[in-house]
Order: sequence, then C-alpha cells, then structure tokens
Amino acid sequence: MRPSFFIVFFFSAGILCGFYSLMPSAMNSPALSLYALNFLLFLVGIGIGGNSTAWEMIKRNNTMILLVPLSVIFGTLLGSALLSFCLGEITLRDSLAVVSGFGYYSLSSIMITRLEGESLGVLALLSNIFREISTLILTPFLVKYFGRLAPIASGGATSMDTTLPVIIRFTGKEYGIISIFSGIVLTLAAPLLITFILT
Amino acid sequence: MILILFFLTAGIAVGYFVRKRDGIIKLADNITTGAICLLLFLLGLSVGGNEIIISSFAQLGVQALVLTAGAVSGSVIISYFVYVYAFRRRGK
Repeated sequence: MRPSFFIVFFFSAGILCGFYSLMPSAMNSPALSLYALNFLLFLVGIGIGGNSTAWEMIKRNNTMILLVPLSVIFGTLLGSALLSFCLGEITLRDSLAVVSGFGYYSLSSIMITRLEGESLGVLALLSNIFREISTLILTPFLVKYFGRLAPIASGGATSMDTTLPVIIRFTGKEYGIISIFSGIVLTLAAPLLITFILT
Repeated sequence: MILILFFLTAGIAVGYFVRKRDGIIKLADNITTGAICLLLFLLGLSVGGNEIIISSFAQLGVQALVLTAGAVSGSVIISYFVYVYAFRRRGK
C-alpha cells in the first residue's frame, strides 16, 4: 500500500525545509545514492514477488488478462508521445520516462531523479500524482463512456492499491481481480521501462 | 542498469519464497513506505533549495498535466477497444 497523503506530506515538508534552509545542506547529497535506490528496488521486488494474486493469475495461464496491462503501456506511451509532439517543450525521451511511472509516483520520481536529475524527477512526481487523482475523480465517468477496463487503464500501477476501492465500486468484483493483476504488472513495468528509456 | 535489474529480480525471488509469511511481507511493505517517505523528503529538501526548480514550478505543473492527459486518454482509448473486442463479448 502507498499511503499517498504521507508521501505528499513528506515531500512538501522537504521543500519547505529546503526553501528556508532549515536543514544542513550536507544531508541531501548522499541520500539519493545508487545504494538507496537499489535497496528500494529490492524492497519493491519483495512486494511484487510476495503478491499471491499475481502468481495465481499466472498459474491459471489466462493470457487474455495480460492484454489489459499491455494495452495500458501501449496507450500511455502513444498518448503522451503524441501530446509531447504537439507541446514541443519536453523531449520525447523525457516524456516517455515520466509517463512510464504509470501513476507509481514515489518510485518513479526517485528513480528519475537519480537517473536524470531533479527537474525531471519533480515532473514525474507531479504527473504521476495527477494520474492517481484523475483516476479517483473520473472513474464513474470513464466506466460510463469507455467501459469497465477504462478506470483500470487510467489508474495504471495504482489500480492494485490506492485506486482499487473506487474501481471495484464502479466496475464490480470480477474486475477487481483484473485491476490488481494489471496494477502488479505495471508496478513491475514502471522501473523496467524507466531504466530502459533513461540509460 | 544491470544492477537495477539485479536488485529488482532478487527482490521478486525473495518475495516469492516468503509470500506465505505475512509477517515478512508486511515488514518489507512498511520499510518500503518508510524509505520512500525519507527519500521524497530528501528530494523535497534539495528541490526546495534549488531556485531554478522553484521558480519553474508552475511550468512543471502545466507540463505534468499535459503528460497526464496524454497518458490517461491514450490508455483509456486503447483499453476501450480491448474491452469491446475481447472482454464484453465473453459476457464478462
């Protein structure tokens, strides 16, 4: 579970402390070291590997369900690539790296900060938080006009935890399983794609 | 890059073998949350001290909104086709 409120709180507290120089500047240099990132990825891996739902779905060999996260990956990259061409301010590579967080803003922002720099890291944090918030708000609308997979697609990696309750409420229990599975695959895809795009 | 993949894979393997033991999974989950909070606090700390980022915060916000709009609408549209052609037909 990713308690969004705490995460935003800590990030904001950090900004305030940094802005008013409340902390010794020596504190921030080694923190985002590669060691910390590798340790975090190890922990994230335990979370993915320890999720029994995912392994059950794989054992049942239901290949059609794999279509869901794959279509989310494809749609996400395609949609943002098209918009980034129109906008022209952000490079294609940066755009793709940012949206490859699939709403998993904590991990994606930390990884992107480490691999590319703070500016893009903050962009990833904001963009992926927006993805979670818009899913929470838009789910009833998305289900009505785009079918029951739509909020799962919109939620991305968050469809396994933070946006799961609202998705189940508007799509039903059987879609809850699909939602969890899609979320897990995207939680795994996020660090892989970000690494692949930025290195 | 190889290190990142290594740690992620190692984590998944460890997670798989301890998946029946709720205590360990829960502990790993809590440490993850703690580590993320700490790292994001530190990211905030250096962002707060970085005048260039602070002064372009509004611009970053707009860019983030545009990217999110692209990502959400793209994935929703593709998922709509998957829903209509692969899921709804089976009466699921």
